[in-house]
Amino acid sequence: MSGIPHDHYEPKTGAEKWLDKRLKVVALLYDTLMIPTPKNLNWWWIWGIVLAFCLVLQIVTGIVLAMHYTPHVDLAFASVEHIMRNVNGGFMLRYIHTNGASLFFLAVYIHIFRGLYYGSYKAPREVTWIIGMLIYLCMMGTAFMGYVLPWGQMSFWGATVITGLFGAIPFIGEPIQTWLLGGPAVDNATLNRFFSLHYLLPFVIAGLVIVHVWAFHSTGNNNPTGVEVRRTSKAEAEKDTLPFWPYFVMKDLFALVLILVVFFAIVGFMPNYLGHPDNYIEANPLATPAHIVPEWYFLPFYAILRAFTSDVWVVMAASWITGGIIDAKFFGVLAMFGAIIVLALTPWLDTSAVRSGRYRPMFKWWFWLLAVDFIVLMWCGAMPAEPPYSIISLIGAAYWFAYFLVILPLLGVIEKPLAQPETIEEDFRAHAAPTGGTHTVVDPAE
Amino acid sequence: MIRKTTLSALAAALCLGLMPSIGSAAEEAHVTDYDFSFEGPFGTYDQFQLQRGLQVYTEICSACHGLRYVPIRTLGSETGPGLPEDQVRAYAADFVEVYDTELEDYRAAKPSDHFPHITSAGAPDLSLMAKARAGFHGPYGLGINQFFRGIGGAEYIASLLAGYTGEESEQAGTILYENTAFPGGWISMAPPLWGEDVDFEDGSPNDIESISKDVAAFLMWAAEPKMMERKHAGLVGVLFLTVLTCLLYLTNKRIWAPIKKKTKDAPAK
Repeated sequence: MSGIPHDHYEPKTGAEKWLDKRLKVVALLYDTLMIPTPKNLNWWWIWGIVLAFCLVLQIVTGIVLAMHYTPHVDLAFASVEHIMRNVNGGFMLRYIHTNGASLFFLAVYIHIFRGLYYGSYKAPREVTWIIGMLIYLCMMGTAFMGYVLPWGQMSFWGATVITGLFGAIPFIGEPIQTWLLGGPAVDNATLNRFFSLHYLLPFVIAGLVIVHVWAFHSTGNNNPTGVEVRRTSKAEAEKDTLPFWPYFVMKDLFALVLILVVFFAIVGFMPNYLGHPDNYIEANPLATPAHIVPEWYFLPFYAILRAFTSDVWVVMAASWITGGIIDAKFFGVLAMFGAIIVLALTPWLDTSAVRSGRYRPMFKWWFWLLAVDFIVLMWCGAMPAEPPYSIISLIGAAYWFAYFLVILPLLGVIEKPLAQPETIEEDFRAHAAPTGGTHTVVDPAE
Repeated sequence: MIRKTTLSALAAALCLGLMPSIGSAAEEAHVTDYDFSFEGPFGTYDQFQLQRGLQVYTEICSACHGLRYVPIRTLGSETGPGLPEDQVRAYAADFVEVYDTELEDYRAAKPSDHFPHITSAGAPDLSLMAKARAGFHGPYGLGINQFFRGIGGAEYIASLLAGYTGEESEQAGTILYENTAFPGGWISMAPPLWGEDVDFEDGSPNDIESISKDVAAFLMWAAEPKMMERKHAGLVGVLFLTVLTCLLYLTNKRIWAPIKKKTKDAPAK
């Protein structure tokens, strides 16, 4: 499958040959599972498996939950309570599903930041990156609509606020919002379509995941050095790689199960920690909660949305130039979507020829600052929109854009990268077998 | 999740260090961190306390508050109040009236009925109250202390019931009562407890604080009737997965050992 030379599937038994002539499904599975994988992948590379597991977990628990759930404004909240109280094991299903969404996002954020640090988005892996971003967008849509389904106060008011963002688009915003909601306000029509789409989107994600995996199977995995696998011959490629099965399957499974220990502890002992108490109050269009806060995984972008108030000079300038078409609300919406768009455009914004952040002395600092920035924004998003949080959000949002639009393009020009190892094998020797690595005297003549 | 916590902790530390004056600006309502038997990973409901709480709810709270999502039969749950079957039936018949849509009239309840949905006094339903309120929010509204102290719904209810100061004020024709646990400090619910409101058969203390804790525990059960089953499932899950983790760790180590050995032994080129 990949451009890395490796052994292909040879049907041996009669039955295998019979099937292989008609459908090359075993060959496909074999090639997918036996893909040559860089030996030196570190523990940051385990989150892909966690994500695949989360998708399956969410689909399986979700399908069973859907058997007991009723998407109707008068019945939705009660049907969730029915699941919690009367359905056999329903409380576990629901708590696994809600906390599963959190694990899903935790994993996707680490996965994305891993890609950012090791330059996994760079040529020739741009398509993998873009597909990944599409998956992330679908995940956000799915999670948002899923949160509306229990029809609690945060469900209702979250839906009202977020769909209101579309209403901020000049001229066409209001018709779009009405079309999305199926009426002038969040109501039964909204709940029904959100349920329908919440059921549909995970399968879209599953399809995109297949393309995502296909894409990096075409290019081969990136690795912590960013140095490509040698692929002139099979013997050479085998010095840099190991087959995915069993080496990385076992490594990933070990990490996955370790993470699931923590996950089960949270589901079993504190399943509501990441939720919001207000969502245990049935939706009431007449009573607005004191603070409308999205789920934790949306907070950084929510903070960016709220950061651009009408007294910020960029907003004033935009408003003045466009003759008032871009007001503060619309600017915030543009900033929020822009924050994700710049992330998607990273492959073309990063000008450095060096892939891995490990060999980029200046980049490292800016990268870690971005990670801190993300957390600070998350914190600001949970806080009320007032000083000093508004000003911190603004600084955080400014850095987010500066990182992608200014720092990444400039660094490629001004930074002097460190020496990279010649081969993956060399890196593996230094890291995986450190005693051997440090005691081996490298012959300078070579 | 863990990352969120550590990261939020980081953020909190930042916040603590940089801006010591923010949090204190808004006066926090005071919620006492009462000890409940159901706290922590191994905490269980105290069946006698739940039964006392049921009595408090029946004799006092149910005058205004419903429990619409709680089926009466669940009073017999072994991981809940654990009333014997005949007592559940007697309780339903003697203490609860439900509106029957077929009869178009009120009738005595059966165990299969839910507690009624009472709206006459405009009081909120209590089925989920213990999960719909957070007792703890700190530090600085981040909710990290919930990781150690629990979300605090039951603590909030108990603190609220015991938190009346006796002060009253009238606002737009409504009398508000000062309460130290209620956000904003003034609540429209009149003090429901005055001390010795309920006589327990077993002679348990019936001062305001004890009764408040008993009914708070009962409402925690009403909101989360499957808590003990959940913790059990969680514990089993954690134990099995821990064993599996160890096995996979060893498997992984063993699979990689020859590869690492080969790399170590092979002369560097």
